Amino acid sequence: MLKIEALSAGYGQAMVLRDVALEAQAGEITVLMGRNGAGKTTLMKSIMGLVKASGTVTLDGVALTALPPHQVPRHGVGYVPQGRRLFSELTVAQNIEIGLGAAPDARSHGALRAEVLALFPRLAERMDQRAGTLSGGEQQMLATARALCVKPKLLLLDEPTEGLQPSMIEQIRQVMLAMRDKGLAVLLVEQRIDAVLGLADRVFVIENGRNAESFTRSDLAAGEARLRSHLGV
Amino acid sequence: MEFGPYLLLACLEGAVLAAVLALMASGLSLVFGVMRVVNVAHGEFYMLGAVAAWAVTSMLGAGAVANFVAALVIAPLAVGLLAAAADMTILKRLEYDPERTIVATIGLLYVIQQLTLMTYGADARPVVAPFNSRIALPWVEWGENGLSLYYPWGLSTTSYKLFVIVAAVVLITGLRLFMAHSRAGLIMRATQLDGEMATAFGVPVERVYAIVFGAGAALAALAGVLIVPIQQAHYLMGGDALLLSFIVVIIGGLGSLTGTVVAAILIGMSDGIISVFFSPTLAKIIATLVVALVLVFRPQGLFGAKDR
Ligand SMILES: Nc1ncnc2c1ncn2[C@@H]1O[C@H](COP(=O)(O)OP(=O)(O)OP(=O)(O)O)[C@@H](O)[C@H]1O
Ligand SMILES: [Mg+2]
Repeated sequence: MLKIEALSAGYGQAMVLRDVALEAQAGEITVLMGRNGAGKTTLMKSIMGLVKASGTVTLDGVALTALPPHQVPRHGVGYVPQGRRLFSELTVAQNIEIGLGAAPDARSHGALRAEVLALFPRLAERMDQRAGTLSGGEQQMLATARALCVKPKLLLLDEPTEGLQPSMIEQIRQVMLAMRDKGLAVLLVEQRIDAVLGLADRVFVIENGRNAESFTRSDLAAGEARLRSHLGV
Repeated sequence: MEFGPYLLLACLEGAVLAAVLALMASGLSLVFGVMRVVNVAHGEFYMLGAVAAWAVTSMLGAGAVANFVAALVIAPLAVGLLAAAADMTILKRLEYDPERTIVATIGLLYVIQQLTLMTYGADARPVVAPFNSRIALPWVEWGENGLSLYYPWGLSTTSYKLFVIVAAVVLITGLRLFMAHSRAGLIMRATQLDGEMATAFGVPVERVYAIVFGAGAALAALAGVLIVPIQQAHYLMGGDALLLSFIVVIIGGLGSLTGTVVAAILIGMSDGIISVFFSPTLAKIIATLVVALVLVFRPQGLFGAKDR
């Protein structure tokens, strides 16, 4: 599904990621962990083509790294960035509209929109409200809905539960599980180990921009102590 | 002429300036709003519009109306394409860096100006207005039998000047509707708000930039075509127009279309009135003073957002 090999990336002269490898499978939740500044967001952006990178990122055999950045979503990558990054002056409906613009088939927009909004009834009630005036939880829902409008095969979520209350966190978790069960590959950046333990099929840890260790679901329980030491918690 | 009719005349002159200025400054504001590029060459696109209008009309040599309609279509299109090409070859290479693009557009200003001097020459040349009938304007008078209308001597305008005002209103309304309701307008606004996220949702940001830069230049060229039957085309005409456009955009608030239009009316009208009653120089002094005051007391402009 998603295969990252020998990925190096950075901003200007500063290298942030060095020779990183990672895989994510369809129907699984893959979690990326690492301390603040380890390069998790940079890795997400490298998949989207938003930072200068070398190495290869392939999705179902398509080399995303060879595409112009704006064509990456059209190949089935939905991105929920850290800090939500909504188009804050635009309405909920317009944010959804922008997401649909990257969907593969223009004819299915109506059905796709209905399908996505069914997951987030609170958004459906607020279509004409400006995104910037939504509550934090609603903004996170909208960021997730916008990404699902792309009709992704691969869903990238960068700390989607940052700063949310438990009921909201649970709702986001349910959406991730539903997407996994639909056969999407979910790649999640998450800092809280407790949340990861029950959720992850595979965990990759990066340290200072390099691969440190990876765990499968079965060796995660035994490796919890090492995982904690990697993250310094 | 008495004061009342004289004031009406001054307001009409001001309205023509306001109309042309609003069109031109909308282009500058659009480019800055979406791309964060301060286009110093904007005045040259206005000049090119006027010069292209002269070129089209003199080459075509049809009737005045056909000539002018052709100029109104061809000149903005040609100037827009030229600007889009400049965007793709120059600004894109600078990665739209705000400071380097200022230097680059200063260079573009001189290149366009000198090339025009070398080819078109230093003469000011007129374009015949498509229609230009004199319209006498009535004024009210309190006479023996109550209110009555009369036509004071010298109080008149031309049908072409009225056309310029109407054309600007129509074009700017169209631009607003386009930005607010069309899909392309939505994409431009999304790009303006967060270019990186727009890319992450399939927007070809560099293509949007080329289109926006071309459209901004086309608006300036359109203003140039509209003014040329009143003012004549000259290779240096872009300078004053650029200064006034900057004044308008700063007063209105960078990137705000509403603010731009309101400020254009403010500056255009006051310029017209002060020029008629006092002198054009005083009008420019006052406009510049207003900018200074706005920059001190409301740096974001009348309609600008405080921080973005
Ligand atoms: N736009 C940028 N320009 C320069 N350096 C950057 C930029 N964005 C991130 N960095 C640097 O790259 C490194 C990795 O940042 P990144 O955002 O990928 O970390 P992260 O693992 O996502 O951290 P966090 O957990 O805090 O979100 C940091 O040292 C950061 O300062
Ligand atoms: Mg991060």
